[in-house]
This record gives sequence, C-alpha cells and structure tokens, in this order.
Amino acid sequence: MPSRDADALVVDDLVVSFGGRPALDRLTLAAAPGELTALLGPNGAGKTTLLRCCTGLLRPSSGTVRVLGGAAGTADAATRVGSMPQSTGAWSGITPAELLRYLAGLYAHPLDVAALSRRLGLDAFARTPYRRLSGGQQQAVNLAGALVGRPELVFLDEPTAGMDPHARHATWSLLRDLRSAGVTVVLTTHAMDEAQVLADYVFIVDRGVVAVEGTVAELTGSGQTLEQVFLANTEGAAPR
Amino acid sequence: MSALDFSPAPGAAPAPRRVLSHALTETRLLVRNGEQLLLALVIPVAILVIGRFVGGRFGQIGTLAPSVLALAVWSSSFTSVAIATGFERRYGVLERLAATPLGRRGLLAGKATAVALIVTAQLVLLSLVAAALGWRPEFSVLSAAAALVAVLLAIATFCCLALILAGTLQAEATLALANLIYLAFVAGGALVIPVTSYPAVLQPVLRLLPTAALGEMLRAGSLGQLPWWPIPVLAIWLLVSSLVVSRVFRWTS
Repeated sequence: MPSRDADALVVDDLVVSFGGRPALDRLTLAAAPGELTALLGPNGAGKTTLLRCCTGLLRPSSGTVRVLGGAAGTADAATRVGSMPQSTGAWSGITPAELLRYLAGLYAHPLDVAALSRRLGLDAFARTPYRRLSGGQQQAVNLAGALVGRPELVFLDEPTAGMDPHARHATWSLLRDLRSAGVTVVLTTHAMDEAQVLADYVFIVDRGVVAVEGTVAELTGSGQTLEQVFLANTEGAAPR
Repeated sequence: MSALDFSPAPGAAPAPRRVLSHALTETRLLVRNGEQLLLALVIPVAILVIGRFVGGRFGQIGTLAPSVLALAVWSSSFTSVAIATGFERRYGVLERLAATPLGRRGLLAGKATAVALIVTAQLVLLSLVAAALGWRPEFSVLSAAAALVAVLLAIATFCCLALILAGTLQAEATLALANLIYLAFVAGGALVIPVTSYPAVLQPVLRLLPTAALGEMLRAGSLGQLPWWPIPVLAIWLLVSSLVVSRVFRWTS
C-alpha cells in the first residue's frame, strides 16, 4: 500500500475484540480521495466492524481511524460522511419518500429528493411502508439515504446485496458517477464482479486482517481471477 | 435521466431543525401505530370509563383521573420508548442516524421531544375525557407546579429505564419484558392504585418506586396537597438511571 498522508480514510493497527475474540486484529488500510475502494472478505472477516469503527459507532481497543483528516465519529465527520449500514436502517412503517425527506432535512445542502428518487428508481414504491419493500428495494432506499447529504466520503456495506441485475447495474452506474463527482467511496461486497468492474483499489480481509491488497490488475496479474485470489487468501467459515 | 450533482457539499442543518424534524417523524410514526395508540389512549380511556362506572380498587373519579394520567406517562415514556428503541436498534435505525448530523445527542433530544409531544397530547385528551366524566381537580398553584415537575422527572426517568432495556437486550426480549414490567407496575407499582390500598407492610417499599412517586404526586396534587417525598424519589431514580444508561446503552445490535 502506498503512503497516503492525504487519504480520505486511514486505518492504522486497529484492534477490536468481542468477548475476548478479536474481530479486527491490527488491521491497517487506507482509501484515497476520489477513488472507489472495495473491501472483500468472507462472512465474519470484520468488514462491518471496520465500517462501524469508521463511523464512530464502535470504539476500538487500540489503533486509530482517521476520517477526512479527523477522528471518526465527530460531528464534523458525521456531516461529511454518508453511511449505508448492512442492516435495514429504517423504521418499518416509514415510506421511502418520508425517510428521504427526513434525512434531507438534517443537511444544509441536500440533493433534490425527487431527482434522487427518480435516479434510483424509487418512485414506484415511494409511498409503500419500508417493511413491505423487497430486499433490493430497501437497499436502494438505504443507498439514497447515504447520498442525500452530498457527502465527501461514503461507506456502503454491501450496497447491492439483494438487488436484481438491472438494479445492480444501475447502482454501479451511480457509483461511477459518484467517483466522477469526486466522492470517495468505500464499499464492502461479496460480489467479485462488482469489485472487478468498479474498484480502484481492493483489500481482501480475512479474520480481522488484510490478507492481500492491490488494484484489480495487480491482484489478477498472475492470470488468476479475482475470485481465485479471494479463495486462495481467505479461509472463511466451513458450511455445516 | 436527471442531472444530479453529486459533487460533495456537506453541511448540517441547524440543530433545532434537526431535532424537531426527528421528533415530528417519530411522532407521526407512533400515531400510525395501532399497538402504540392502544397503550397511549385506548387503555387509559377504557380504565377511566370503566373505573368511573364500576369503581372498585381504582376509587372514585377524583382518584382515578390522576391515576390514569400517571398511567399514560408510564406507557408512553417507558413501554413505548423501550419497544420502539429496541426495534430501531435491531433495524439499524440508530446505527444510521447516529452517523448523520443528527448524532447521538440529537437523536436522544429528538426522542425526548417526541415523547414530550405525545405525553402532552395524551394528558390534554385524557384530562378532557376525565372532565367529561365528572373530574373536578383542585390543584393549587404549588401542587400544580410540583405535579408538573414530577411528570417531567418521571418522563426522563422512564425514558432512561426504557433505554437501559432497549440498549442491552434483543428487540424481542425488550418487547416481552417492557410489556411485563408495564403490567407489573400498573398492578403492583402504586401507579394507578394508591399506596394506601396496598398492605401496610409493603407501603414503605412502594414509596421508593418511581411509579408510586408519580402516581401519588398526581393524586395528591390534584387535591391541592403537596407530599414531600415524590420529587426527591424521582430525582434519585433519574440520577441513577441516567448514569446506568450512559454506561450500558449500545447503539448497534
């Protein structure tokens, strides 16, 4: 990993333990401004824990997280960062239109909610209670919620999980537009094709540490696919 | 395709707007929720009406009406807050909002404002129903002020107790336990039944409960009386519960 003092995100020697078991074990990584950084890893690798540290929801046992040059979880960081959690992230009875209007109201210069809804294809179910939406529709609403405040940096935890192929490709197009606009994107994913087509830089995380990192070209330079690199460098949980 | 400008332009709305926006959103969601409305209005009104015409342990309307007002504060500040927050934690609502300009303090302030709005509406509506059923309270200026302070302390205390449950247990466990505690304190917490109606041996213990403190303050206050103990009891509960909640509450599930 190159030295990146001006990085949008710098994670250094991060340790988080739950009940004595390390979820992050001296994890170190960085995300360059204006780039899309992908975190790949099997279930339980520590990706969500890492994102929660980056948004200040979890306090690490040791190590540091610097977000846009400051500490994670401060009021300044919360204003400049957008976050899409892996879990649903909305009240069950709220409609997408209500949720986005509410979230937009928390910011000084939000995106136009109607235009954002159109872009993400939310209009068809804008007045349907959140609990009645499909998994993919909920993901699209959550993604819109992470972007509505016009952040400099967004953390997206499995943003396309549950989406159909049309929605996935529309989301990929949107993520490219974000990058073109200068937004730094850090996303977790299990989809190798997603990382392959989108990521400027990839970290493969396993058991709380970075197992291997590089651009997609660097990682697949030996003729292996990204999935083969992933399988060779991670252990994951055996099926029961 | 619209020409959305994604170029970064971060900035937070003014804090009062954020808090009010959150409070109104929570209030709207609660008003739409049938189970919460049952707790907030239907059950208290039913007790008022049944108690007015049947009497029994609840006593006459002069005792019954302030008891039902105390019940309304208890249900909205404890049970509703515990259940709603438990599921907000489970569904990632807290995780999402804590990472926005609303922040943790704004979220708590918004929640408190929502509870205050809801309890105010409840107290006004239930007082009107009670008045229609013949309630003629005899508050003095001092007893009314003490009752108001007791209600505010009780709201804050019950919210802290609710957040202790919701911030440490799974949502389903919070749902079950919050309802169980609600019923247990309605029946045995001297909230709607005066302390003096319980066996003498239990009365000193009951006077240490926040539910009893609220119920007795409202009952006595509505008769123009000013007992000394409810406000200190509630203040101590608030101090302890706020310290505990600040240490144990978890924002993620």
